[in-house]
Amino acid sequence: MSAQAHPESINVKLHLWRQAGPEDPGSFEKVELKDISTHMSFLEMIDVANEQILEGGGVAVCFDHDCREGICGMCSMVINGQVHGPEPGVTTCQLHMRSFADGDEIYVEPFRASGFPIVRDLVVDRSALDKIVMAGGYISVNTGSPQDANSMLVPKDKADLAMDAAACIGCGACVAACPNAAAMLFTGAKVSQLALLPQGQPERASRVLGMVDTMDSLGFGNCTNEYECMAACPKEIDVSNIARMNREYLRSSIGSAEGV
Amino acid sequence: MTNFDSKCPTGPIEDRWTKHKFDLPLVNPANRRKFTVIVVGSGLAGSAAAASLGEMGYNVLNFCIQDSPRRAHSIAAQGGINAAKNYRNDGDSVHRLFYDTVKGGDFRARESNVYRLAEVSNNIIDQAAAQGVPFAREYGGLLDNRSFGGAQVSRTFYARGQTGQQLLLGAYSALMRQVSAGTVRMFPRREMVDLAVIDGQARGIVVRNLITGEYERYAADAVLLCTGGYGNVFYLSTNAKACNVTAAWRAHRRGAYFANPCFTQIHPTCIPVSGDYQSKLTLMSESLRNDGRVWVPKQAGDSRKPSEIPEQERDYYLERRYPSFGNLAPRDVASRAAKVECDAGQGVGPTGQAVFLDFRDAIARDGKPVIEAKYGNLFQMYEMITGTNPYEVPMMIYPAVHYTMGGLWVDYNLESSIPGLFVLGEANFSDHGANRLGASALMQGLADGYFVAPSTVTVQIAGRKREAVTTEHEVFAAIEHEARERNTKILGVRGSRSATDIHRELGKIMWEKVGMGRNATGLAEAAKEISALREVFWNDVHVSGDPNHLNPGLEHAARLADFLELGEFFALDALHRNESCGGHFREEYQTSEGEAQRNDEEFSYAAAWEFQGVGQKPTLHKEDLSFEYVKLATRSYK
Repeated sequence: MSAQAHPESINVKLHLWRQAGPEDPGSFEKVELKDISTHMSFLEMIDVANEQILEGGGVAVCFDHDCREGICGMCSMVINGQVHGPEPGVTTCQLHMRSFADGDEIYVEPFRASGFPIVRDLVVDRSALDKIVMAGGYISVNTGSPQDANSMLVPKDKADLAMDAAACIGCGACVAACPNAAAMLFTGAKVSQLALLPQGQPERASRVLGMVDTMDSLGFGNCTNEYECMAACPKEIDVSNIARMNREYLRSSIGSAEGV
Repeated sequence: MTNFDSKCPTGPIEDRWTKHKFDLPLVNPANRRKFTVIVVGSGLAGSAAAASLGEMGYNVLNFCIQDSPRRAHSIAAQGGINAAKNYRNDGDSVHRLFYDTVKGGDFRARESNVYRLAEVSNNIIDQAAAQGVPFAREYGGLLDNRSFGGAQVSRTFYARGQTGQQLLLGAYSALMRQVSAGTVRMFPRREMVDLAVIDGQARGIVVRNLITGEYERYAADAVLLCTGGYGNVFYLSTNAKACNVTAAWRAHRRGAYFANPCFTQIHPTCIPVSGDYQSKLTLMSESLRNDGRVWVPKQAGDSRKPSEIPEQERDYYLERRYPSFGNLAPRDVASRAAKVECDAGQGVGPTGQAVFLDFRDAIARDGKPVIEAKYGNLFQMYEMITGTNPYEVPMMIYPAVHYTMGGLWVDYNLESSIPGLFVLGEANFSDHGANRLGASALMQGLADGYFVAPSTVTVQIAGRKREAVTTEHEVFAAIEHEARERNTKILGVRGSRSATDIHRELGKIMWEKVGMGRNATGLAEAAKEISALREVFWNDVHVSGDPNHLNPGLEHAARLADFLELGEFFALDALHRNESCGGHFREEYQTSEGEAQRNDEEFSYAAAWEFQGVGQKPTLHKEDLSFEYVKLATRSYK
């Protein structure tokens, strides 16, 4: 990504997905934008498009966004067929127009997955991910006075691996990128974080069984080792977390009273 | 203009919270399920409070504007959270954290509250570690610490550059556990549009379901607002786009006093503005100042590449002006110093509104891998946004609006001037005075949510008599009607200017006249200009679409309408405070060295304002602040 190699501004032809509701078939709306600064973020470019739509008497396009710095996980666009756009390791809001060339046609669509029904335009319903967490993505500790934090040692390598997994922002890009619309990278990351830590041991078996069963029941698919999830993940969460989840699931299914 | 009761306990400060808890009424565990508590917001304060109250057995209703409670803006906090653990053996203690926070707030916070905050800080770390928050560790498995501004001890706990995210996900997981257990009902994509005050008590809220546009009513025995700060009144800030003042402002309009709105934090290390299209500003964590050195060229307008400017031609102005704290001077001091340099023409970059934050020396000293391990994700984020590599070229930074210390006035119980309405986290005014030190926002949000409000909410629940109310009560009907009419009116204008355009203009007035440097003339002008802009809004705003479906444009415009009321009020508060303190810098009141000059004789109080109508002068109530444990002194970081 070198700013020098790009012009200061470009013209682009946007094709924005418009859909009034889950039952509406939906279609693309074409918006031509002139003199878009290449320093703009992708969402700032969408803001400009919306201003232009408003000026023309149209209805602004709905899209999810909030922090605009890649951490809240709210933004969720498929750009020219790629989840969160062409750059690796970024959310849609972190993508900048210097990644595009003058005259580019840009197709913008919502995350498409059976587990994520469309709400309106580019907005989808990802509440299924909360349901997976509700099924065990926590450590059962009430607010009170747990032991001194330093009384529980966590080896640095384990803590680092747990943090790698915990970096998940819950955006659902893994689901949208997967040909099976699987939520295994999302679920695997949470299972891994807690299975790697000593705090997670007491509920290790019930957690993975509960979360995987809930994930399956919500209509998410299974993993067929495409690795599309990892390629789309803005936090570059590793697929080894899926392997760890599978191992945890197997271990819990055959190795514990809860799994029998 | 009367003083009023903050309900602070008396006696030795270290015993006050324990004594106060003993004096609070209790609710029998078996009876708790009979009481409904509304929690608005799901950030650190909201999630922690909702989860904790749910665990205790209350019937909790939790509302948030995002699609999931995990996305609240606490998630974006980067650097860390303070606690007085003294794990470093460097002389830290509860008393020192208390002292640093009172001093850091420039003596405009309440001592009792700050002491309690320092006291529970250690419990927060224990709680979060038990939840599985992956804090940074040393090789022996113990927790690691780093240093932050305004302190000379290393007391900041962190999880890479994502501490807020990890703490919020910890609180969110506790919340999800309670949702699963049925003690908490979660209502995402709901925006609070008004507060139901019945017989003088907060008894419920009306929300707009953002997906359907429908209005929904909820009744309760107590209402907790955990709705964050109002930094977006500046349009450009480090806040998320949806952060807004609406819930707090609606409560203010219903009688809750709003305190010290002019106390705003301008954070020194943000990525500078690049153009008019800019929609928000990105913070680079303060932790970077542990190893980065801030400088500008000595010669104004020096256009050489930074690497070509020799050492003797660089001005490391923070190290020069504040030798004992150096690059870790507190935020208000560091921000103002950057402004002084840029105003004098020493600024760098295409706009001249930036200074360098340079890691050259740290990389030479520790090696690139060490710096990468500490700050890798922040460096990556910087490169992603600016297109330049901070390992090779110094970062360019400039101050930006980041946090609001002001907020709804609360007493020691975190209860507002409306009985039954509690305010937690950034939404209240309580603990940071006129300036917040780094790594203390997470601490306060979680202290309020996990440890304070779950105890103090009983003053309403068990301590007061009230009638049972349902959402059929006429007050609910009236406030729902008002909220509906307001949105219908906004949609009906169909004028020529977008809400974004008007918001940008509001932000420009705020930044130029109510920003880092303020004076009486500018503040009076700002109040007038904002009042006029409010007229423009109600006569010329253009919002597309309908009220009965997801309509982000309508949401934004409705929030902007409240910011346009807050902005004028904010300027008036700044105008009334004839002193400089913390983030409030009045150019008329400075020392010969350009430092903030407080006026303790006249302004050692919290200004709690009572709403009297839009455009009407609010009534000032003063809560006098007394300092028994930290001696009033001129803050010095030299």
